[in-house]
Amino acid sequence: MSQFDITKLPQGPKGFVHDLSSDQRVFKGVPWGKAMMWIFLLSDTFIFSCFLISLMTARASTVVPWPPTSEVFGLMAFGVQVPLLLIAIMTFVLITSSGTMAIAVKYGYEKNRKLCGWFLVATALGGLTFVGMQAFEWSKLIFHDGVRPWSNPFGAEQFGAFFFMITGFHGTHVSIGVIFLFIFARKVFRGDFETGRRGYFTSMKSDYEAIEILGLYWHFVDLVWVFIFAFFYLW
Amino acid sequence: MEADKKQEVHTHKIGIYLWIWGLLFVFSFFSYMVDYMNFQGLLRWSLIVFFMLAKAGFIMAIFMHLYWERWAIVNVLLWPMTLIGVFIGIMVAESYYTFFSRLFYFVVGG
Repeated sequence: MSQFDITKLPQGPKGFVHDLSSDQRVFKGVPWGKAMMWIFLLSDTFIFSCFLISLMTARASTVVPWPPTSEVFGLMAFGVQVPLLLIAIMTFVLITSSGTMAIAVKYGYEKNRKLCGWFLVATALGGLTFVGMQAFEWSKLIFHDGVRPWSNPFGAEQFGAFFFMITGFHGTHVSIGVIFLFIFARKVFRGDFETGRRGYFTSMKSDYEAIEILGLYWHFVDLVWVFIFAFFYLW
Repeated sequence: MEADKKQEVHTHKIGIYLWIWGLLFVFSFFSYMVDYMNFQGLLRWSLIVFFMLAKAGFIMAIFMHLYWERWAIVNVLLWPMTLIGVFIGIMVAESYYTFFSRLFYFVVGG
């Protein structure tokens, strides 16, 4: 690590050329775990892109009208039909949990163990709330409206398949994230990164860098929701 | 020494996260309003895409720290993502062709 001082390396495009031609590791100042998380997220981006592009293809090529998502996902609130109400609340919940995650990463790097842990817990609770609301949304569509992957009462039959596939795959990502948030909150509270306690699965010592890597995953989940919100619900 | 360097590279004042958080709320609110106000056609699509890209940009740049990363890793990530746009273009052409075929054969018959 001491071969170079990251602050003295050239920045911007010059830094890009310098890093690639340095005959050393390319991603300077990036821990290997973080680089691997980014590569994983890139591949995950391709998977979600394939889902959303298939959705676009199905919608653009069907001769039957697409279900009006604004009404399908509307809710009655105080006697008024509000379009996309639950989806809007879910969006705000997920953005909030992304904000608390960013703050947890910041406190992690400042070695503020308690605040980092509590913000991780807050993030996990936000994620749980999101998954809970999604479960409510699914059960309403399945049991109340009778939406199935092969049919639905609103319009084009592909709608159900795309809804369950896309939101289901995203919900799975959120659920896995929540599990890891709780695991890492426990590690932080226990002081694993200070005492150098080894991980149960990896048997390696870890650092607050792990919190930033977990944060990358969590922000990515939020990022995917931005695109699902735009393309599936709003379009 | 190394710990000092890390501090310098990674931590920022809490204000910037709160600002971005607020901005994301505002953008989400506006993109929800696009639906609530029932905008249609090109206005609807351009507004949805604008707010979507603004939100995605801020999340990646600030929350995911890409703004402070070196160009080596930023380029490795952003170029493949940009190529997805090409894929979208191909599939748009493909879906129009399918749509045309369906209309043609459903109406005229095989």
